Amino acid sequence: MTGLLDSLGLAQSAELLSLSPPGWGGNLLRGLSHSLQIAFGAYALGLVIGLFGAYGKLYGGKVTRDLLAIYTTVIRAVPELVLILILYYVGSDIINKISAAMGGGRVEVNGVAAGIWVLGVVQGAYATEILRGAIQAVPPGQIEAAKSFGMPAFMTMRRVTIPAMMSFAVPGLANLWLIATKDTALLAVVGFNELTLETRQAASSTRAYFTFFLAAGFLYLVVTLCSGGVFARIEKWARRGQPSLKGGSR
Amino acid sequence: MIDFRSLMQPHRIVMMLVFIGIVVWCAFSLQWDWIPKYAPLALQGIWTTIWLLVVTVVLGFLLAVPLGLAQAVGPWYLAAPAKAFCTIIRGTPLLLQLWLLYYGLGSLFPQFPWIRSSELWPYLRQAWPYAVLALTLSYAGYEGEVMRGAFKGVAKGQLEAAKSFGMPRLTMFRRIWLPQAIRNVLPTLGGETILQLKATPLVATITVVDIYAVSSRVRSDTFIIYEPLILLAVFYILVAGLIALAFHWLEVRVLGTDRRTS
Repeated sequence: MTGLLDSLGLAQSAELLSLSPPGWGGNLLRGLSHSLQIAFGAYALGLVIGLFGAYGKLYGGKVTRDLLAIYTTVIRAVPELVLILILYYVGSDIINKISAAMGGGRVEVNGVAAGIWVLGVVQGAYATEILRGAIQAVPPGQIEAAKSFGMPAFMTMRRVTIPAMMSFAVPGLANLWLIATKDTALLAVVGFNELTLETRQAASSTRAYFTFFLAAGFLYLVVTLCSGGVFARIEKWARRGQPSLKGGSR
Repeated sequence: MIDFRSLMQPHRIVMMLVFIGIVVWCAFSLQWDWIPKYAPLALQGIWTTIWLLVVTVVLGFLLAVPLGLAQAVGPWYLAAPAKAFCTIIRGTPLLLQLWLLYYGLGSLFPQFPWIRSSELWPYLRQAWPYAVLALTLSYAGYEGEVMRGAFKGVAKGQLEAAKSFGMPRLTMFRRIWLPQAIRNVLPTLGGETILQLKATPLVATITVVDIYAVSSRVRSDTFIIYEPLILLAVFYILVAGLIALAFHWLEVRVLGTDRRTS
């Protein structure tokens, strides 16, 4: 192994990337785990917001619908970087106000929690649109049938709407997950130690920019490709019993 | 566009009054005295954002056409690299690509004396060529995938008809294949262009002074947090709206019908 690396001239890079110090591999992996934590949390929060948002947009009152339309339009028109800053400051301001009202001092906001809150609100807007489209694609007769059996609204959602809309929602949700993993990189700009910022710190202290940025790119790519595989299986599962789409025309 | 009568419902009038109230409250109780001082810089920033957007969208699209074509009908030795390029660009964050190019290439170039003595060196020392390169490659990666579907989506009979008239391949591509492919993906292109607009503020992290960088400067100079950010968000919403309108106009022109009403 070492002989092979030596012959390729990569021995130095391997040393820099080794997991134990003085190598920086451990830092990169810690950054990756932070990134994934935030991505998972933000994705989950986004799905919850999206489900409520989609129901509000479809069945809510006039005011709810208009407010949700403003939410999704504004979030999708403003760059994530700007939203991250706005939501970050708003979030820490609110927490500090609450803390001051309860007689506490300034609170240092946990980076992971802040990242999840910020990206979750952004993801929620996209999830709202995806889930709304998916729910609309469910044949209305199915939901009406559930209603006519006297099924409570929540049970209808759990037993009829969500399983039936899954196959329509999964492609969009897979895309959203990829956006979530890549958007965690933006938190580097507000100084949060996720993969991209860890990489930049490692790169600038060793001057080996290519090694570290390519390694981080490789890690992101592995995450992307693996989740692609996972989502393909989920989609297959969600589509079970449905005719294949291959060869069909839109 | 928006139906005027649909705005005149009671709850919408109330919401608009609330909105106007918020705007008036913002105008009077927030701090805006920094604007005159930073206005010239902001105008320059807006100009930087706009030309970055236009240049990278045009260049990226020109690059996306061969990428899509290679993936749709090319032989494997062209299709495989094109697909790999699109996968890598779409699978890694743009911020990482930007930093790889800026810090990576930026630290590599000075090691070669012939680059340092070349005519291009004054440009390569600045940040904007790297910003243009990264944004162009990113747009090309996403658009290459879109164009692949678009080229495949053109009906076979159209191309066979052109062939049977003895049309040369290049003419066929120029007159039939490309126009129909672009026509099919115009709505997608509009969305992708808005995404590209939202990607431009990343260039502020490599010291290009776009409008986002100006707002950061105001924030760090004056410690005013919300006002510049609100103005910045409004600016991006306006530009995104303009892009959507422009593509809507283009769709009506090209497709001849209004997609929303037909």
